[in-house]
Amino acid sequence: MEIIVYLIPVALGLGALGLAGFLWSVNSDQYDDLDGAAHRILDDEDKPL
Amino acid sequence: MTEAALSGSAGCPSGLEPPSQSVGGDYSPFVQNKGALKSLTLSVRGAKCGGCLSKIENAVGGVPGVEHVRMNLSNGKLNVAWQGATSANTIVDRVTSLGYGVSAYSEDGSEASAKREERALLISMGVAAFALANIMLLSVSVWGGHGEMGSDTRMALYAISGLIALPVLVFSGRHFFQSAWSALKHGHANMDVPISLALTLAFGVSVWETLAAGDHAYFDASVMLLFFLLIGRFLDARLRRQAHAAAHDLAALQNRSVNRLASDDSVESVRADEVRRGDTILLAAGERAVIDIKIAAGTSTVDESLVTGESLPRLIQTGETLYAGTVNLDQPITGEALGSTSDSLLADIAQMLEAGEQKRARYRQIADKAVALYVPFVNTTAAITLIAWLLLGAGVRDAIMVAVATLIITCPCALALAAPVAQVVASGRLFRKGIYLRSGDALERFAEIDHLVFDKTGTLTLGIPTLVSSHGAELEKAASLARASRHPLSRALVETVGAGPVASEIKEMPGLGVEGVIDGKAYRLGSAEWVGVSAVQASDGPTLWFAGDDQEAIQFRFRDQLQSDAADVFADLKQDGLGLEILSGDTEQAVKAVADQIGVSTWHAQVSPQDKVDRLRDLAAADKKVLMVGDGLNDAGALAMAHASLAPGGAMDVSQSASDAVYAGGLSSIVTVLNTARRTKRVMLQNFGLAAAYNMIAVPIAVTGNVTPLIAAIAMSASSLIVTLNALRMNWGRS
Repeated sequence: MEIIVYLIPVALGLGALGLAGFLWSVNSDQYDDLDGAAHRILDDEDKPL
Repeated sequence: MTEAALSGSAGCPSGLEPPSQSVGGDYSPFVQNKGALKSLTLSVRGAKCGGCLSKIENAVGGVPGVEHVRMNLSNGKLNVAWQGATSANTIVDRVTSLGYGVSAYSEDGSEASAKREERALLISMGVAAFALANIMLLSVSVWGGHGEMGSDTRMALYAISGLIALPVLVFSGRHFFQSAWSALKHGHANMDVPISLALTLAFGVSVWETLAAGDHAYFDASVMLLFFLLIGRFLDARLRRQAHAAAHDLAALQNRSVNRLASDDSVESVRADEVRRGDTILLAAGERAVIDIKIAAGTSTVDESLVTGESLPRLIQTGETLYAGTVNLDQPITGEALGSTSDSLLADIAQMLEAGEQKRARYRQIADKAVALYVPFVNTTAAITLIAWLLLGAGVRDAIMVAVATLIITCPCALALAAPVAQVVASGRLFRKGIYLRSGDALERFAEIDHLVFDKTGTLTLGIPTLVSSHGAELEKAASLARASRHPLSRALVETVGAGPVASEIKEMPGLGVEGVIDGKAYRLGSAEWVGVSAVQASDGPTLWFAGDDQEAIQFRFRDQLQSDAADVFADLKQDGLGLEILSGDTEQAVKAVADQIGVSTWHAQVSPQDKVDRLRDLAAADKKVLMVGDGLNDAGALAMAHASLAPGGAMDVSQSASDAVYAGGLSSIVTVLNTARRTKRVMLQNFGLAAAYNMIAVPIAVTGNVTPLIAAIAMSASSLIVTLNALRMNWGRS
């Protein structure tokens, strides 16, 4: 059972990583334009000849 | 070739939105300078799909000097930053040439703070979710290892849970603690008081249990409670902000620039909010006044339909006051800006608005009533449980544990979600139909409506006259005079005839008409006396007379046409058994004609703004729940006074801000609003019923001491889920 001494910190660390990612995404306006982002990924920037 | 021609069509390529018109004017006062970089934020209307995004961004990106362009499809904001001599109007022209409507956007203070609040709640929610997931991980181990797990291991897992929970409760729970504290300071209790109590006690008891090596710790339950409550709080905040932003956007359509005369008589273009009292303003022909002015020089005719409801233009002279919303029709005039002096119409209306707001603040929402019943119920139940267990001989520790478990399990997750979830779903539906709610609680008031009061001009009618009499060749000649005039009747003539030649030697006489020469012969188009007709028979609408050297005087008759869907909408409303009434500032004949067409028997003509307010007060005294629908400045007081109110998208911004919702579509939006509101109210009542039923089951289990942290976790999440799913049901049913 000593393994949980490592596993719990690892689990918490991964969770914290996720939280950090979430905080970053909120603070860098990632949720401001949900509709636009959905369309932008489909936008092909190559111009036809 | 323009960009629009290149892409084949104007406006949204998906066809979701027709091309829209732009508000003209000068956009340079809205540019912000950051060093050499200039930036401008525009509100773009009509952009609905990914094609619009790339069309607009590519077109604006192609303007020389543009360094950054980003379009937000969700709220229609276009951010442009550029360097060099390019003018803001070039950028605006580029977007309008694509077929999109544009207006300048300036963020107001309340919007920025609402956005900060929403973001703070989102972050708190994220932090609570992180804590919940990790504590659950540990809790599931404890539940799963029951009987096998050693007490030391369990204590270690509880200790870790507590260490995660403490900072999270302080950080994410601050929204509730602060609100509860400020309510208690003022000597009353709100929903946040029992919430704060439950959070604090659950945590406190769990710490105690952990230290005493007890069986049950409620760290998971307290954080879960926090998470669900934050979801409700976040949805509520987002709904309020979106509603506010949508209304602000519509108001921005009128966010125009003003031509101010400097002391050396040069004209500068400034934002309306930069104008100070006493400034000299130049109002060009065709321009709408955005602030009240006192005319210093010039004579002209003005269209005051938005201010007074009167559909025909009026002649104005030096010394008279022009109110914001008035359109100057034919001659440029200069005037002195009045700002908000106490004797202005706007100040009177502001007072009426205030009276209405106070009345509305007293409205008690269903959720408020539920909380008023709920708070004493929960606290009393917990207290009785504690005392009863002590009296029955239980230890102090056991009695407290049971009481706290009761408090936790009855805590209002479902109650906190019941109203906001239903309101969010409903306002989303309305939003997609072009109806912008300004507050969530308005839905409850809409649901109670039994009497509707309408303004006429611009609400029931289009607000612009149309030619209704038929003519032959004279019409062509009259149109060539009319083409030189901005008078609404002239515009209506030209609308019927179309483009064509303009007569020569045109002279426009304010308040009288137009005269000009066609093929060497002189003609006049205007009022009866002016063209030389003495005996005039009465007409139920505005008229124009046309006469000339070889022409007998003939009469053109006009009507302010009804909105196209008016007949159907009124048939529907009558079927619903709702009281219908028209209150208009227009003449008796005009109002009667409209009332007859739509079959409304109660109508009042030539009523002043104060009369409208008085009438609404009478109706309220007769215990009627009135829905006021109106667009003009003269309706603003009545809109604020009514039980609920609606304004069309073209309304004055004062009227829009006095209303509970603004609709962009036709009159059928009224039926949609009423139906959706009634349905939302039903769903909300169901939700409160479900929350109550949940408590009926949970409370007996809790007070008898049978609740474990596992049961608490399952019960809380199940009740929240059920309430949410019930609200989402509105999206599945008939549309």
